[in-house]
Amino acid sequence: MNLTLNDEQTMLKNGAHEFFKERMPVKALRELRDKDVADGFDRALWAEMAALGWAGILIPEQFGGADFGYKGMGQVMEEAGRSLAASPLVASAALAAPLLLKAGSDAHKQALLPALANGEVLLALAHDEAPRHAPTRIATRVEQGAQGLVLNGCKTFVVDGHVADHFIVVARSSGERDARDGLTLLLVDAEAPGVSVTRTRMVDNRNAALVSFTDVVIGADALLGKVGEAHGALTAALDGARALLAAEMLGNACEAFERTLAYLKLRKQFGAVIGSFQALKHRAAHMFCELELTRSAVLGALDALDNGHADSAALCSLAKAKACDTLELVSAEAVQMHGGIGMTDAEEIGFFLKRARVAQQWLGDASFHRDRYASLMGF
Amino acid sequence: MSALEQFRAETRAWLDANCPASMRTPMPEDERVWGGRNARFKNPDSKLWLERMVARGWTVPGWPKAYGGGGLSRDELQVLKEEMSRMGCRSPLFSFGISMLGPVLLKYGTEEQKLEHLPKIARGETRWCQGYSEPGAGSDLAALATRAEDQGDHYLVNGQKIWTSYANYADWIFCLVRTDTSTKQGGISFLLFDMTSPGVETRPITLISGASVFCETFLTNVRVPKGNLVGRLNGGWEIAKELLQHERGMISDIGKSIGGIVPDVDVMAKKYLADADGRIGDPVLRDAVARHVMDDRAFSLTMRRAAQESEAGTANGGVSSMFKLFGTEQNKRKFELILKCAGTHALGWEGAPFSEEELTLCRTWLRSKGNSIEGGTSEIQLNVIAKRVLGLPD
Repeated sequence: MNLTLNDEQTMLKNGAHEFFKERMPVKALRELRDKDVADGFDRALWAEMAALGWAGILIPEQFGGADFGYKGMGQVMEEAGRSLAASPLVASAALAAPLLLKAGSDAHKQALLPALANGEVLLALAHDEAPRHAPTRIATRVEQGAQGLVLNGCKTFVVDGHVADHFIVVARSSGERDARDGLTLLLVDAEAPGVSVTRTRMVDNRNAALVSFTDVVIGADALLGKVGEAHGALTAALDGARALLAAEMLGNACEAFERTLAYLKLRKQFGAVIGSFQALKHRAAHMFCELELTRSAVLGALDALDNGHADSAALCSLAKAKACDTLELVSAEAVQMHGGIGMTDAEEIGFFLKRARVAQQWLGDASFHRDRYASLMGF
Repeated sequence: MSALEQFRAETRAWLDANCPASMRTPMPEDERVWGGRNARFKNPDSKLWLERMVARGWTVPGWPKAYGGGGLSRDELQVLKEEMSRMGCRSPLFSFGISMLGPVLLKYGTEEQKLEHLPKIARGETRWCQGYSEPGAGSDLAALATRAEDQGDHYLVNGQKIWTSYANYADWIFCLVRTDTSTKQGGISFLLFDMTSPGVETRPITLISGASVFCETFLTNVRVPKGNLVGRLNGGWEIAKELLQHERGMISDIGKSIGGIVPDVDVMAKKYLADADGRIGDPVLRDAVARHVMDDRAFSLTMRRAAQESEAGTANGGVSSMFKLFGTEQNKRKFELILKCAGTHALGWEGAPFSEEELTLCRTWLRSKGNSIEGGTSEIQLNVIAKRVLGLPD
């Protein structure tokens, strides 16, 4: 297992660092919020990101992608996390596009992957139905009707659902609630009759949507993979996105930590910089160790995904769990150590805390992934 | 076949032909070979194994051949390590001479000192102990007060050391002494002397685990030849700190080997708590066990990453403190968690109805509490990280 970056990945990381610092600093997120931009992200900047190849990093070259792999994509995600850059990078490029690649037919791939790779089309996964991530807890049903398949149900927290051109919908074609078998993936046009999309405003100023399907008629060409057999492809795509979201969270945590460290060296009380107080030093050193462990876990998962490691599911859960715990710790300590100023909207550190909690919940929090890891390890 | 592959094939064949079968099994604590004038070999195979490895220079495979080492390159060392671990070969010799003194003697010692001491360390003929801590100088090590006075052709040493591991079995000691009282760090020197010198007395300390691995060492008018000074007079602090880096690395390894006597947390948790399908029934303990084994995995990935970064020349400073801190704290958490899983079965002191494993578990739990104290407390490691890595001011 290789836990370092090669030259190409280092260049990608450095390029992304400059791009997000110059073009999409935290100030840009604040502007999206204050100007109440309907899309919740800047389409011109998304086009620039796509031109750099990032929308298609995980898409093979034959479908117009850059095919730099998970470790390469992870570097872009980490840098995006540092500046809290709002874009469809995770929802569309890291989650939905790889799922289409894994589950779709050649016709689906030919039709959509090139447009996804150049950023013109956005795809969102309509999956969760409960407040907490529960991949098989699916009540949305797809059934045989008079004119073909009919879809009925309601999805919550569909990230970037309000800007998606198409949804991949996880629906139940058979089986009880929570059964692994009987899950089916459907490609549904966001404009199709019976589809209703409502943007939800989240605390991190990013977007999710409530999406409901009422008697939506589905053509046979909308099936991704076989009826009732979606679990394998879905899990694999979720795992990839979990590792990449963990990389974003690592970037968030590193930036929040570095800003806090700078503040500890600046702020004076009792005639001394507060970073000279042991009560704060020890907590900072503890956070440093947790960040190092998290970085190793993230790199381990990304390397495993690129090499088809037999243990990649466990490593992805390790990365997401570790990123959740570390970011929860660092984002809370960052506000505390900034003192009163950390509670103000004018100071940016609060934005890191807000994004942290949404990212923690998305695709499973730490206890979800510890439970999954334990099951994978047989206890 | 590349030279390295050739080396691997030869190494594998040699180990296979020369490592006795009983030396390829997990090692009980009492079969550990420490060497020295009074070396004990509970298992006769361990003597044979030591002699064969000594002849090849492989007790210290990375040291130069002139000093009894194997003269192996970094890559060859890695291959030897991998092959020994693949075959489950025991380390033939445990020695503070190898893990602590040797590296600094190679760097700071005179040619005469190297030739006198290193080959004996390599052959397991001299067992060394470490004279660092004193009753009034623990975390604040540089406050040490044991004095060495210049008496012309020798130093006269007076004072008391404490926590001297295995001083009662050691042949020689490497010792920090005060040679100047007007400054703190700048008045410390690094001396070597024979533990049979007149005026040296050791007294074992019984620990909470019942074991006595540490001693108090009393030094009364001990005469030490001037040639036994390593490095400059009053230049001992730099050597002392460098040696501590080696010690911290060793303790996080030993922590693992101490912990290694007792199976992993998930194995023990299953043993005491598993339902018929192997699942740990108690959801709170199951979550704690998962957290622990996941942290173990993240830690082992971090050690691997550090090794890869060190080879690539992109290593981060301060890792030895981080490994000492996390490795020892994690080892303590391991035992506390196993205790919770095993309940009163883990709290037996001796005799029936407790199994050997359960009795060992209890004693090892108590011993593990020392991991985060010896070799620099966890609090000191946090200070070091804050200062050296994070640049936070004093």
